[in-house]
Amino acid sequence: MNTNSNSYTIIYASVMVIIVAFLLAFVSSSLKTTQDKNVQLDTKKQILAALNIKNVKDADAEYKKYVKGDMLMNVDGTLTENTGDFATNYEKEAKEQQRLHVFVCEVDGQTKYVVPVYGAGLWGAIWGYVALNEDKDTVYGTYFSHASETPGLGAEIATDHFQNEFVGKKTLENGSITLGVVKNGKVEKPEYQVDGISGGTITSVGVDTMLKACLGSYMSFLTK
Amino acid sequence: MGQLFSKKNKEVFSAPLGIDNPVTVQVLGICSALAVTAKLEPAIVMGLSVTVITAFANVVISLLRKTIPNRIRIIVQLVVVAALVTIVSEILKAFAYDVSVQLSVYVGLIITNCILMGRLEAFAMQNGPWESFLDGVGNGLGYAKILVIVAFFRELFGSGTLLGFNILNYEPIRNIGYVNNGLMLMPPMALIIVACIIWYQRARHKELQEESN
Repeated sequence: MNTNSNSYTIIYASVMVIIVAFLLAFVSSSLKTTQDKNVQLDTKKQILAALNIKNVKDADAEYKKYVKGDMLMNVDGTLTENTGDFATNYEKEAKEQQRLHVFVCEVDGQTKYVVPVYGAGLWGAIWGYVALNEDKDTVYGTYFSHASETPGLGAEIATDHFQNEFVGKKTLENGSITLGVVKNGKVEKPEYQVDGISGGTITSVGVDTMLKACLGSYMSFLTK
Repeated sequence: MGQLFSKKNKEVFSAPLGIDNPVTVQVLGICSALAVTAKLEPAIVMGLSVTVITAFANVVISLLRKTIPNRIRIIVQLVVVAALVTIVSEILKAFAYDVSVQLSVYVGLIITNCILMGRLEAFAMQNGPWESFLDGVGNGLGYAKILVIVAFFRELFGSGTLLGFNILNYEPIRNIGYVNNGLMLMPPMALIIVACIIWYQRARHKELQEESN
């Protein structure tokens, strides 16, 4: 057979593409449920990390133990139970569905609130969770992660060292979000601000913007 | 069986591990050697993924080699590699989620790893499936070997750990003035370590040295 003719080449390419398409579609759909479960588990781990519960083995069980409710904020700042599925993309939830999640948790008998935050760093998305004490003002713990920040510089936001700086800071000053990150060594309000990462300025500013924007959207809940 | 492990086949398998190493001698796949070697664990997973994909891509292309139209052979090779990489990436996401997060974009970038295209074009297009399989496994392991060596030094001296276990971060060691070297975690250091391996290999194997005029 002449494998160099035009018709042979075209038929060969078409058949190959169809076979590969079927194969990939089959693999993707048969693994979808396991993958979704992994993403959910990972999200639960991140929420727990904001509550300073790190390196959990069984994220599902620990999540059930500490997180008492996956709530949605109403316009007036009250909370109602989320009746839908456990969400994993909170940026999409907030922007497309206008659903602002608040996780009501209980650690050592005390109520904590965890809110998701999301924004942009230097190279890609950054996101995280902020845990607040019952007064909705004092930070109990934070968790930040990133898609592709520079290792050793911007990527430092994912370290305990950076995240622990937030513990005990206040969020609101005169009704506006003051919790934030400022340039390394330029902290003027130590009650509200933490040092940025030297060499990771754009990522630090990204964290600052993210906190102000996302916590700001919860204003009616925080001031209630 | 005798024929399966003939002298030639053994050589096909073992050459890439030694004097025909894809990274240090053929200088293929350098880019990913820089990217995933800051820690040992992703380096091992990356090495194994590339081994599996090179082996199977080699077998598939070798089986198809007589039917592939010459004018679109590179495209066919690319489609086979891309399909295999996507499948491996999906499997990692389902069964080794943490590792797949760590490797992030680099799994997808296996598609552009020069070792794959290099072996498909240079070996699988001319040889039978069994030889191609051995060649793929050999080259994949040769690549993995260099990755593991580089990652070993980078993680040990950069973070003071190996596979995440603490090795050097103890008070007595710090007290004598030892600190972890942050430069080890930066990509240039991978290049320097690879260069040291190449230096060592060339010094030992005189036949690898070019004649100077």
